[in-house]
Amino acid sequence: MPLPLSYNVRNLWARKLTTALTAGGMALVVFVFATVLMLEQGLRDTLVGTGSYDNALVIRRAAGTEVQSTVDRAQANVVESRPEVALGPDGAPLVSKEVVVLISLDKRGSGGPSNVVIRGVGPAALTLRPQVRIVEGRTFRPGSSEIIVGRGIAERFQGTSLGQRMKFGMREWTVVGLFDAGGSGFDSEIWGDSDQMMQAFRRTMFSSVVLRLNDTTAFPRLEDALESDPRLTVEAKREAVFYAEQSETLARFIRILGLTLSVIFSIGAVIGAMITMYASVANRTAEIGTLRALGFQRGSILTAFLVEAVALGLAGGVVGVAAASAMQLVTISTMNWQSFSEIAFSFRLTPGITVASLGFAATMGLVGGVLPAARAARLAIVDALRAA
Amino acid sequence: MNDPVVEIRGLAKSYRRGGQIVPVLEALDLDIGAGDFIALMGPSGSGKSTLLNIIAGIDKPDRGTLRVNGTEIVRLREAELARWRAQHIGFIFQFYNLMPVLTAAENVELPLLLTPLGRGDRRRRAELALSMVGLADRMTHYPSELSGGQQQRVAIARAIITDPTLIVADEPTGDLDRVAAGEILDLMVRLNAEAGKTIIMVTHDQRAAERARSVVHLEKGMIRTETDAP
Ligand SMILES: Nc1ncnc2c1ncn2[C@@H]1O[C@H](COP(=O)(O)OP(=O)(O)O)[C@@H](O)[C@H]1O
Ligand SMILES: [Mg+2]
Repeated sequence: MPLPLSYNVRNLWARKLTTALTAGGMALVVFVFATVLMLEQGLRDTLVGTGSYDNALVIRRAAGTEVQSTVDRAQANVVESRPEVALGPDGAPLVSKEVVVLISLDKRGSGGPSNVVIRGVGPAALTLRPQVRIVEGRTFRPGSSEIIVGRGIAERFQGTSLGQRMKFGMREWTVVGLFDAGGSGFDSEIWGDSDQMMQAFRRTMFSSVVLRLNDTTAFPRLEDALESDPRLTVEAKREAVFYAEQSETLARFIRILGLTLSVIFSIGAVIGAMITMYASVANRTAEIGTLRALGFQRGSILTAFLVEAVALGLAGGVVGVAAASAMQLVTISTMNWQSFSEIAFSFRLTPGITVASLGFAATMGLVGGVLPAARAARLAIVDALRAA
Repeated sequence: MNDPVVEIRGLAKSYRRGGQIVPVLEALDLDIGAGDFIALMGPSGSGKSTLLNIIAGIDKPDRGTLRVNGTEIVRLREAELARWRAQHIGFIFQFYNLMPVLTAAENVELPLLLTPLGRGDRRRRAELALSMVGLADRMTHYPSELSGGQQQRVAIARAIITDPTLIVADEPTGDLDRVAAGEILDLMVRLNAEAGKTIIMVTHDQRAAERARSVVHLEKGMIRTETDAP
């Protein structure tokens, strides 16, 4: 026969300060735990949202990233003329032959330099990436030294505002538009005309070819055709899959680092819970003896203290998750080591992360409560009563 | 004497302190009749609490037999004994032993959680028991908001709520002033006289013992005299 839950909750409430301090320790750990998972989630969402499932990205075999890839004009033309490529309303293939270059720009505020992706794109680029919308100014004119800048770049880097001139690739470029890429990785890029970029950076080869599939099921055919064509040294990936892979290393690093920290901190929090619960058992020894005398079984006492410990953990968990959810307002930028460029992303709280965090908190409480609860349950009734 | 509710034969109990064995009760015989109100007296350390705890089924004797209401309780396993206590024993302690986080009504209701009674029935019974001890207007008060005498009355309500066979009280007035002690004793006398409850009360207070029907003196682990209270 269990004691009512209100009995446990009120006992926690009766020791407000101790409960608050212990739960506060738990909250801190849960905060770290949740924010790490949120960071990982935000990174994945950003990079996965960058690619479209109906687009294919063609790069040199085993290049891994666009920066490390080269595709010469002849090969790009072969790809462009494949029958799996969708055609635009004007009958031209929906293809963007792109060149990707990293340059170093100074950040606003602190002013330290950081790498930024410059992407030379073809005329179909905006059609291929419908999530990219011009929000200020206009798009660049083909054949000109005009560029458009992602929202994330405009916010974080000096000299990238609308109308400003930027020097790179031994040329001066004019920012004629700002675009919003819906929180995807393109928000951290600068786009211009592909041919102009190649001239400026003295490139003769593209980095990648992006194309729209005329039918999403046509991808395996395209993949086979490109890989078996003896003239070609390229491979095709679905754009969505490509960007998901790009996030893998960083996401895994964040996860492992964060979870390791959480586990180490949690040892402290568990010990805190254990001390609190031992004190609670000691203070309530006569109470335990009384309950047992009245006919409550050892199991009820054990359960009561375990429930109390779990409730303590959950109280910390709720505070920790609430604090973590405030982190959703923060945008963070960091180096993505796979593309060697800066990428901006936010903390994303999902129901799954909430459940995992509360589960983690409850587990910390439970683990901290086991030994004290066992001590409470093992007390002999007369000894417990004599403690009054 | 009526049919004995409590029948004790050859009861012995000793404690181990350090390496030494300290005998507390030795070959003790005692019968307590139904409807009796016994004051158990004796010098401090004579084993009064020990005897009371054994009768109430919260301590075990080393030897001897003990029948309460026909049940040989020494043989019961722990979980059975707990169920038996819930049904047959009402406890009153010197320091009241109420749960500080529960209201008076919730404290009184506590033993009913071990019965199949529903929430509404439990509430009604708790209210009834509290009015019987004169605390109908203190239902939602917490123990810290009550005087010692009031707390002990709540404890008495808790002890009678399950309508037990036997009420055991260990120094129930030991922590109270004379007026409050008198009120508690009045209540116990009424419980015995009007509700027919069998009561065993440990006390070293002569004034308290005088209110009982009979007095049992315990000395050096033995029953010395059984006298009817004057
Ligand atoms: N758990 C225990 N361990 C050791 N000695 C005990 C224990 N309980 C009681 N005693 C001893 O047994 C004797 C009787 O105790 P008790 O029954 O509490 O006496 P009373 O209630 O008559 O004052 C005392 O000497 C006491 O110290
Ligand atoms: Mg005693």
